[in-house]
Parts: sequence; structure tokens; C-alpha cells
Amino acid sequence: MNLTLKIWRQNSGKEQGQLVTYPVKDISPDMSFLEMFDVLNEQLVSKNESPIVFDHDCREGICGMCSMVINGRAHGPKTGITTCQLHMRSFKDGDTIVVEPWRAQAFPVIKDLTVDRTAFERIQSKGGFVSVNTGTAQDANCLPIPKDDADASFNAAACIGCGACVATCKNASAMLFVAAKVSQFALLPQGKIEATARVKNMVAQMDLEGFGSCTNTGACEIECPKGISLENIARMNREYLVANCKD
Amino acid sequence: MSKLDSKIPEGNVEQKWTKYKASVALVNPSNKRNLEIIVVGSGLAGASAAASLAELGYKVKVFCYQDSARRAHSIAAQGGINAAKNYQNDGDSIYRLFYDTVKGGDYRAREGNVYRLAEVSNSIIDQCVAQGVPLAREYGGMLSNRSFGGTQVQRTFYAAGQTGQQLLLGAYSALNRQIGLGTVDMYARHEMLEVVKIDDKARGIIARDMVTGKLERHFGHAVLLCTGGYGNVFYLSTNAMGCNATAAWKAHKKGAFFGNPCFTQIHPTCIPVSGDHQSKLTLMSESLRNDGRIWVPKKKDDIRKGNEIPEEERDYYLERRYPAFGNLVPRDVASRAAKERCDEGHGVGASRMAVFLDFKAAIDRFGKSQAKKLSIENPTPAQLKEFGKQVVEEKYGNLFTMYEQITGENPYEVPMRIYPAVHYTMGGLWVDYNLMTTVQGLYCLGEANFSDHGANRLGASALMQGLADGYFVIPYTIGAYLSKEIAVKPIPTTHEAFVAAENEAQAQINKFFAIKGSKSVDHFHKRLGKIMWEKCGMARNEKGLKEAIVEIRELRDEFWKDLRVTGKPDEMNPELEKASRVADFLELGELMCMDALNRSESCGGHFRIESQTEEGEALRKDDEFAYVAAWEYKGNYTYEMHKEELKFETIKIAQRSYK
Amino acid sequence: MSNTSPNFLTSSIGKKFLMGLTGLFLISFLVVHVLINACIYFNDGGVTFNMAAHFMANNIIIRVVEVGLFLGIILHVVQALILTLQNGKARPQKYAVQNSAVSSKWYSRSMGLLGTLLLMFLIVHLANFWVPTKIAVFKGEEHNTFESLKTVFANPIIVAVYLLGLVSLFYHLLHGFQSAFQTFGLNHKKYTPAIKACGFWYAVLITLLFASMPITLYLGLIK
Repeated sequence: MNLTLKIWRQNSGKEQGQLVTYPVKDISPDMSFLEMFDVLNEQLVSKNESPIVFDHDCREGICGMCSMVINGRAHGPKTGITTCQLHMRSFKDGDTIVVEPWRAQAFPVIKDLTVDRTAFERIQSKGGFVSVNTGTAQDANCLPIPKDDADASFNAAACIGCGACVATCKNASAMLFVAAKVSQFALLPQGKIEATARVKNMVAQMDLEGFGSCTNTGACEIECPKGISLENIARMNREYLVANCKD
Repeated sequence: MSKLDSKIPEGNVEQKWTKYKASVALVNPSNKRNLEIIVVGSGLAGASAAASLAELGYKVKVFCYQDSARRAHSIAAQGGINAAKNYQNDGDSIYRLFYDTVKGGDYRAREGNVYRLAEVSNSIIDQCVAQGVPLAREYGGMLSNRSFGGTQVQRTFYAAGQTGQQLLLGAYSALNRQIGLGTVDMYARHEMLEVVKIDDKARGIIARDMVTGKLERHFGHAVLLCTGGYGNVFYLSTNAMGCNATAAWKAHKKGAFFGNPCFTQIHPTCIPVSGDHQSKLTLMSESLRNDGRIWVPKKKDDIRKGNEIPEEERDYYLERRYPAFGNLVPRDVASRAAKERCDEGHGVGASRMAVFLDFKAAIDRFGKSQAKKLSIENPTPAQLKEFGKQVVEEKYGNLFTMYEQITGENPYEVPMRIYPAVHYTMGGLWVDYNLMTTVQGLYCLGEANFSDHGANRLGASALMQGLADGYFVIPYTIGAYLSKEIAVKPIPTTHEAFVAAENEAQAQINKFFAIKGSKSVDHFHKRLGKIMWEKCGMARNEKGLKEAIVEIRELRDEFWKDLRVTGKPDEMNPELEKASRVADFLELGELMCMDALNRSESCGGHFRIESQTEEGEALRKDDEFAYVAAWEYKGNYTYEMHKEELKFETIKIAQRSYK
Repeated sequence: MSNTSPNFLTSSIGKKFLMGLTGLFLISFLVVHVLINACIYFNDGGVTFNMAAHFMANNIIIRVVEVGLFLGIILHVVQALILTLQNGKARPQKYAVQNSAVSSKWYSRSMGLLGTLLLMFLIVHLANFWVPTKIAVFKGEEHNTFESLKTVFANPIIVAVYLLGLVSLFYHLLHGFQSAFQTFGLNHKKYTPAIKACGFWYAVLITLLFASMPITLYLGLIK
């Protein structure tokens, strides 16, 4: 099929960017969206133009690196998948597809469709862990954990840190991401010991990074490729309230 | 004496590690503060090593090419992680895990290393649980296990289909804790381009900041390479797009020997290639083979749809050839059998390079048992099918969804098409018992080293090895070296060795831009992959390998004459990154073929057509090849092989049989 | 890990918490308001209604609560302004194409707009009723609120303005009610659907009841 692509090109964070139109021909419906980009880039290289820079790595929906807003939706028109899992059969011949980077103050554009998501790293380093040194652990089965709690914790931990929640949220809020981290630990006995400091420190860093606040529109949950639930945000709110009541 | 000293401690295999730990030199805490360690790669091995070393008090710098340490490709491992906990009371033990790993590796791994791996496997599970890794649990609150990769015990711990992700996030959280404490400096979007050696010791690296394009010099008293495997030599593999061999290869060219480069693992259950545009292959968990049946049409070039071919015209070739193990034969056996059928013209799908993995029998079976469970008498066929589908969905739903996303076919209705794909490389930098390469102070951990899996890796053992190396081996073994380095003050990066290494890296970059040829990096990479896959893939022979070596050399010449790298060096430039990686693959690929040519036996993932039994099974030649081939770079694309003889003192060496 | 967190109320969650708290307070006020207004349906020439209105205007406890009510409104509005400004800054460069409708409801995304409309409506509403009452109280006169109701709602334009204001109120409540519970951390598989249903029916009932008043008065159904 033949398509018209309008892709955000921006040389660096310091320069202005704009949408540039590229027609592509003979795209197979079996191609993934990123393979279609490979084809386009190959064409650009053959014309001695600089190819479009975009983040991608595992191309199987788990590393969380790929990050495109396609026709106004993070990771494209389908739910429950990342950009790399999107295939061209989701589009029709003759379609115009607009591709933009994640847009948020806290995720500045590095180049074209690549953004800087290190804000997430800084939030993580403020409390996204259990303070246990290697070698100090007791036998794993000394600590029975109810299956439901372990499963709920797992569901929160399924977050791949792609940032689609921020990209989708009308306020560019990172609440779903931070809540997933807080929840993963809040649900487990191992995490309870440091729960108070964790939620306070992570929220403080989140605010510092310049993410917006949550207005409970629920868009992040819909667009999250891993289906992280809004329940986690409620849990973080609760944890945060309790933590602040404690001292 | 051989140049290779594996430094395996003396004594019984059960005692080696214990004795080693009791006698290895320690570094005083106040000295640790002054010792700097560079860790390249942030997957399971890198992240766990960096966190553990920082906890001990060392100053650590971590480098990764992704935008976050969490994205390393360890994250994609689906199946699980082995440990000899024997929680299931089914007769497992450290010895059994050790035995299975050595046997599974077709007796091409070191006993001492593998025993240590099995020994520390239990601590890994403890550590991960303490970190809050949400491993699967039973209703009673205890950890759940499953059987994996054809083992007879249930020793695999897992977190649904995301074990790799959850374990990596555990190691990553430990790493982040240290970053927050200021003991680790994290350099994301940095790619290592050179090792810096001073007085024959590794003392640092040259890394390129992938955002600004600047080359940076970093000093370390020791350098740890945890950079994963080199499966992307084949262009198409289940590795991530960015996985590369550059760090290991640059280290190799600086004196680190490369061990068993030809040992690659081909995974039997991947989604087949759909066309020339294919950029990578997606693996589907091996667990599918527990319930799916693999077959091809008996008739050659049968173009009918899978569900239109009647039962009597199907060849369930694995069940036919291996009645005892059937569809659950090890990866290498299953992969080769699929290739054999396709080469004979029985392949399916548009490319004819695929076999069917069929769940119809499982759906029928599950349907009946479910109907019984629900006490439904005389269920209609439609009901049975519905029940069966429900059970299959519960067990494999996410994999089926993934298959449908990629292929557009509904695997509940038509059989899946699968084909083998490159998945893991058992070969890697040669390391001794301390995980040190042949360069002093240069260590190699995880998939990047050659040590523990022999010629074939068992399922759920990669995660185990990565974390074992990082959490529980290197924190001890690095002391043996660093205890002698405490007097060494940090060497300023203005030292001539740093300057020279940076110039080397810069020269290569300049060379890429100077070619101004006409073909893209991917063009060369795809051609290299084709040569490797066809001639150094699942089945290899002398003629093919010799041809491949010539072809790779020609391709390499063409690469350096006709490559086009667009853009500039001092900006974010993925074309440049790819060029530098493919340049190294073009050299490594040749060495892989040379190693495969040298090893004229079949073992594990390495199958030489010349060396097979009358029934077409792999034939190992223990009297000739029970050694590790460690290749030394001698300059100008020449290599010298050194042998490390493998001694089997504990396990009796035997031919594998899955009949 | 040590705790290095700043003040609760200045954090993003704290601000949201205040929004929810003041919001729920205003929601509870609406119940009182609508019940008193509903006294017109005794259809006794405004006797009961005026009694209730008089009580509300003169009782000392109500006077104190009224101050709280105004503080609540001001806090709600000021917090909303601060949050809106901050949220705007969080995405300086907007998307060229946005397809928000698939992932969220328009009114959830338009709370600021709906709130502004409500605030404007509130000013009109206060000018219509609250100010005259206060002037009367200040002067020590008896104010016939029922009469002023009839006078004000004789004007079809004002009736239309009120109905538009109530539409804004409906959507504002539809999101706000359940959103407050989410902000307080109350999200539960079992109870959240009930909370959402409560919010929906609350919004419907309150809006319909309020809307019925100008309509019935305008049509002269209430004497």
C-alpha cells in the first residue's frame, strides 16, 4: 500500500522542529510500523538525506524504548501494544499518518522522535527499590505472600517505563508510572518497611521534574501498552496521604 | 604451558567455591572507596554486578547504550530462572542442576564453573524475592515452580511470561538505589568503543556519548564487560536491534581471547520471517511445545492451509523420530529437525521456511477434560471446542495474542507457523574462574563470556548465569585482583594510553564518513546475516564454511569501500552507531566460521554435517574436541587458537540421546 | 531510605487532595441548597420557602458555615487555577494531531472550562439572590426571597442562562464526584462502581431539581 507520512523532524532540543511530509510506496501489510520506518530511512540514506531518528530496541514490546504518537495516540491506534508491535495492516492504502514524539516539558526532544526520559530514572533512584544488600536475604520461602497480593504487585510491575502515560495525559502527568512503582512495593511485605519514605520521595521528585498533576481522566490507563490500572494511582494517593499523616 | 590458566581451584567440585571464598584476598573497606570499577552493559549481569560492587563500597560507573539501564535485552526473557531449591520435593539438588547443565551443554563447559553456578542459584532466588521481585506464587503463599526445557524436575521460577523483565527490574532497582546514594554514576546512551590498557592491564574505556557524539575517556581500576551476546551477527535474531559485540570485540582485539565463537543457540519456536523487510524475529516461549504438536505435510510443496490437511497426510516428525521426548526434545534437536524438513521441501507458509505448531489436539483434549470437570454430558463439538479454547487461552493467551498481532492469523483456528531463529550465543570472551579475561583487570560477565553453557544452553539458565555472575561471583573474585591494586592511584585520562585509544576510536569514525559510498549499513548487515545463516547456521559443513570465510572477507572489503554513513559524527546518529557495530560483526563473523571449521565435530548448537550418526543425530568427538577453543587476535584479521582442555572429573562423559 | 519530602499541601497530590476535599464540601452544600429551594414546591405562596431562607440568612451557625463555604469556593478556584497553570507548563509544545476522545471523556478533560462557566454563573447567581438578601439583612429589613425568585425567573434570558449553568454543573459533577474519591485513594473493584453510580445519579438529580425551579417559576406553575 501507499501512504503519506507526516513526521516530526527536529535537529536538536535547541532548534525548532516541524512536520515533514514523506510519501512511502509498496508497504506490505505484514510489516511492523517500525519496519516501515526502516524502509523510509533506507530511502532517505539512498538520497543522502539524514534518516529519521527514533528510539527502538527490542521490537517485541517489552523494552519500552519505542515511543511514537501516531495520529494523536501514543503507540498508535491499537490498545495494549507498543509502537513496535503495531503492524501496517492496521492502516489502509492511501492513509495519511502523522507521527510525533512524546510531548512533555519533562521529556525534552533530543532529535526527531527521540526524547529524553531520564526524569523517570531520577524518580526511580529516589525510592523505586527495597534497601536490601546482596547476600543479606533469607530463604525465599520464609516469607509467604498471598497469591493475590503477589499477582497485583506483578501487574503493577509489568510497567515497561515507556512513558505513554505521560504522552497521553492532557497534563503530561507521570502519576501512572510512579504509582505503578509505588504499588509494586506497597503490595509486598518487603516493600512495606520503607513505604512512607518511598512514596514521599518519589512524589517529590516527580513534582520536581515538571510533570503535570493527575486529573483522573483515565486516558493513561487506556493507552498504557501494559494495561496498568488506575487503581495504582488511587493506591499511591492513599499511601501518600497515610505517609503524610504519620509525621 | 598453555597461555590459558583457568584458575579452577583444587579439590572436589563441591568444595571448590567454598574453599575459594574462604581463601580469596579481601579488600579493606577504606581501600574500596578508592577503587573505581567500570561496568559496561546494564542487563542482568551488569546491573547486578554494579549494584553489588557499589554496596561493597567500590566507586562504580555504569554504561549502557539504551536510554535507561532497565531496557537491556535481559528484559525480553520470557520463560524463567532455574534454581536448585528443590521446593517441589521432586529430587532436585545442586548436583542435579550442575549435571543437567553440563550434559545439556554437551560436555563442553567447565565443571568447576557450572558447579558454582548451580551452588549460587539458590541465593539468587532469595535475593530477588527480598528485592520485591513478584515471582509467581501458589495459593498458600509459597513460590511456584514449573518444569522448563525438558528437565525432569520443576526447578524453574517465573513471573508469568516476563521473568526477564521482573528480574532485570529487581537488579535495576538495586542499581538505582546505589545511583540515588551516589555510589554509582550512570551513563545511559553511551557506547563503549575502546578498552584502554596501561602496562597490560585494563584501566579504562573510551565511550561515545550517543546524544552529543563526543568521545569520553573513563578510568577504572578494573573494567567489567557485561554486554550480552552477538546473535545479531546473523542480522535476524531474537536479540534487540541494538545488541552488539563491539565492546567484546574491541576487547578481543586488545588481547582478550574469544572462546568458542561458533557456539550459537538456535531457538526452535520463533515466528517465521514474513519478507525482506523483516528487521528482527520474535520468540514464542518454549512452553508452547508442552501442548502443541509440531508437524509438516507429508506431501512436498503442499500449499493447502494447515487446517485443510487431513490427519493421515501429516508428518509429526519429532514424535516419529524421538518417541521418548517427542515435541519436547532440546532446542538444538528441534531446530535442526525443522530445518531438515524444510530443506526437504516440506516447509509451509509463503516462504516454505516454517513448520506447523498445532494446538488442535490440545484444544480437543482440554475441551473434554473441561466438560468432565463441569459435569456436562454429551457436549456438542462446538462446546468442546469452546471449552478447549478457554483452557488454551488461560495457559497461552498472551502468546496467542502476540502471534495474531504479528502474523494476522488466528492461532486458535489455524495452526501456528514457526521456524528456528538465532537466540543466544554460548561463545564469548574467554574467562577464567574469576571471570577475568586474558587481559588483566578486564572481566566479562553474563552472556558475553563463554563459560557456563558449553555448546548448548538449557532453558531458564541464561537469567541464572547473568545474575550469578553479577550478584554472587564477581563481588568475591574481583577482590583477588583489586587487593593487589590498592596502591594504584586513579590514572588521569590525559595519560597517553587514553589519548591513543581515543584517537583509534576517532580514526574509525572518521574512516566511516570518509568512505562516502553508496550503500547503507543495513545493506551490508543483511548480506552478512544471510551468509552466516546459510553457512554458519543450524547445520555447517567444511565447504560452506570455507566459502563463508571468503564471502565475508569480500563483503568486508566492499563495506570499507562502499559504505554510506549519513549525518555528522557530533550528533545523535544511529547510522554511525550501526556502522561501528556492523564493522565488528564483519570481523567476528569470520572468526565464528573459522571456529566452526576447526571444530569438525557436532556438539550442542554446533552441528557439522560431516559428523553425524547413521540416524542423522549429532556425533560428538570427545577424544579430539573436549576443549575450549580460545582465539587470540594476532592483528590484520589473523587469529591463533589456544586450547583449554576440559577435564571431567565428576561427571562421566556420555553421548546425549533423546530417543 | 531517608525521607526528604517537602510539604504535603504544596505537592501535586496534596493540591489535588484539596481540590477533592473542597469539591466534596461544595457537593454537600448543594444538597442543602436544593432542599431549601425545593420548599417552593409546597406551593404555598412561598411561605415555607421564605421561612427556610430567613433561617439560612440569619442563623449564626449557618453564617459561620457560609464563611467556610466561600473559603471553600475560593480555595477550589485558586487551586484549580494553580493546577491549570502548572499542567499547561507541563506540555509547552502541543500535539499537531490529538485523538483524545478514544481514551477519555470530553468533560473529564474540560473541568477547567466547565468550572469557569460555573464561576461566571455563580457570580450572576449571587448578584441575583445573595447580594439583595445580604443588603436586606444589613439594613435590617425583611427580604422576600420568594418574590425575587419569581421576578428574576420571569426573564427568559436569565432562565436560559441558569439552564446553561446547570448543564455545566451536571458535567462538572459527573467527573468531579467520582474523581474526588479516586484522589482520596478510594478505588476498589467492588465499591468504585457504586461510587460512580452515586456520582451519576447525584449529578442527574441535583441538576434536574435545580433546573425544574426556574422552569416552573417561569411557566407560572408555582404561585
